[in-house]
Amino acid sequence: MPTIYDYEPIVGKDVINELELLASKLTNVSVQHINSTSVGGGVAEILMRMVPLLKELGINTSWDVIKGGEKFFEVTKKMHNALHGQKVSFSQDEIDLFIQTNEMNSREMDLRGDIMFIHDPQPIGLVSKRELIGHKWIWRCHIDFSHPDPFTWDFLKKYIEKYDVSVFSAPAFARDLKIPQVLISPSIDPLSDKNKDLPKEVIDSVLDRFKIDKNRPIVTQISRFDYLKDPKGVIQVFQKVRKYIDCQLVLAGGGATDDPEGAKVFAEVQEIAANDPDIFLLLLPPGSDIEINALQRASSVVLQKSLREGFGLTVAEALWKSKPVIASAVGGIPLQIANKYSGLLTHTIEGTAFALKQLLQNPAYGLKLGANGKEHIRKNFLITRHLRDYMLLFLSLEHKGDDVVFL
Amino acid sequence: MIGKAKEPFQFYTRQNILYLLGKKAKNLNTLLTGIKEAPLSSIYHHTHHYLEQHEYLSPEPPNDFAYWVTNFLQNRALGEEIAGIDLRQYTSLKDIQLRLIEIIENWIRQDPESANRNVPQGGEFYFIAAQMFVFPTKYVAHNLLEFSQCLSSVSNHSIYFHMFEAPLFQKKSQFCYWIENEIGDKKLAAAFRNLDPYTLTLDNLKHNLIRLVKTRLETK
Repeated sequence: MPTIYDYEPIVGKDVINELELLASKLTNVSVQHINSTSVGGGVAEILMRMVPLLKELGINTSWDVIKGGEKFFEVTKKMHNALHGQKVSFSQDEIDLFIQTNEMNSREMDLRGDIMFIHDPQPIGLVSKRELIGHKWIWRCHIDFSHPDPFTWDFLKKYIEKYDVSVFSAPAFARDLKIPQVLISPSIDPLSDKNKDLPKEVIDSVLDRFKIDKNRPIVTQISRFDYLKDPKGVIQVFQKVRKYIDCQLVLAGGGATDDPEGAKVFAEVQEIAANDPDIFLLLLPPGSDIEINALQRASSVVLQKSLREGFGLTVAEALWKSKPVIASAVGGIPLQIANKYSGLLTHTIEGTAFALKQLLQNPAYGLKLGANGKEHIRKNFLITRHLRDYMLLFLSLEHKGDDVVFL
Repeated sequence: MIGKAKEPFQFYTRQNILYLLGKKAKNLNTLLTGIKEAPLSSIYHHTHHYLEQHEYLSPEPPNDFAYWVTNFLQNRALGEEIAGIDLRQYTSLKDIQLRLIEIIENWIRQDPESANRNVPQGGEFYFIAAQMFVFPTKYVAHNLLEFSQCLSSVSNHSIYFHMFEAPLFQKKSQFCYWIENEIGDKKLAAAFRNLDPYTLTLDNLKHNLIRLVKTRLETK
């Protein structure tokens, strides 16, 4: 596991110094993270990296996980889908189970942090203990909140407003709430398998394994096979461009095997691709980080043509590899791409096809966008910035309402 | 001979935490309303963060309002006018807010139809406010030589605070204030004041500041 000083060559000594300075103001507080799983999923992945780094910086940080039965997690999965905008209905039994499981956890868990840092909806009800034990409470939402199902939103809102502060990943997720809403974008870890530098031989071997021609331009979209990622639209873009430019398309992602809708989308995409030898549909198993890294690095242009997006960290991953990226202006993507400075933002299939032709025919322009994009990610979307934001969040709990705080 | 300051210069740095205000604009009219209702910490964020967040870009990254009007509303002329606001002329955020309102209201008067033209879904402008945490660094200068050495060592956040934010929030922490009042070097203070920090990347700004001090030290 990397230490904080392993990031110094990437972000600079001044950034590490300022993290230490911030941490020095937080030596007298303890922070307890609570979520619903210790393995798998984005939240656990982030906490696995963040908790040791916060500890290394001298902040008394711990991480606990709630308990719940299979049925409870079925209910929270439905809740998750409802927050993504799916029409879902809950029975009274399901609601009761959610409340009872949270109550059981709040009785049995040692809720000891000066700052209770609760992640996502599953453990949201722990805050009911607040009246009894006090402490500061943060609720961190990691999921797309732009079009939540109204019933689910109303149900969760009653809990959210018991917290001191809520945290969202993108401006579009802001809601009408009585408590402050902090914006903290997610981040990528430049030292992880998905983002670290790779030797050319590793990249070539991945291309060879998938029989992708490394001598012709490669256009890639990394994402689940999901309607909201518009894989069919990506194929249409490719077909428009390929009339003029010899290139290959890679659509790679996981999630189809355990997701019935994913399998359906994959089948539909296969049908549209119609055995085109220049279209590579890759269903990657979990843990294919090196493969994803290699595919991104081998690409001439990376697409993220999502119709809706949470934050879209695949954009940050591609930009970190200095790749020119064309992406839809949805969710958190406009935070990562300043149009025509650090990538191209588009809205339609036609616009995306035009931008793709432009970049494939003007590699120098793509290089400039990619170089700017990498710097933008270095300054704003690496894990060190995420650490900084969390520490500022902790400090802000003591300074509510002040625009400028002199420490 | 290197003059000693009456009071040493304390280098500060600062970090911001961002708050979502839950308000958005989808056309010029709602942008105007949002700007009128926004707290000054939001005006500050939207007129200043772009430079820091895109500090590698050169030249002239505009402010958020200009960027959105140009790239999302596709109103290049108005975007250019907003980008052209000379922020150095303003010593209060209220005045910047009033100038933004004035420019947009003038535009709507001349072209009322443009006021309700919506951006495509997903392209809305979201109002954000910043809370600023300022803290002292270990760098303290007692004379110009030490000042130049500190400039080389501090982060861009520190340069940013002293050049862009001190004029708005803590005037005595401006570099030029200290050089003029504590070192007593009016010429160098004027050279610092005449630099337009809004047209340089932060790295270039830092190099220019160091160069000015070094040149001054060589001529003393």
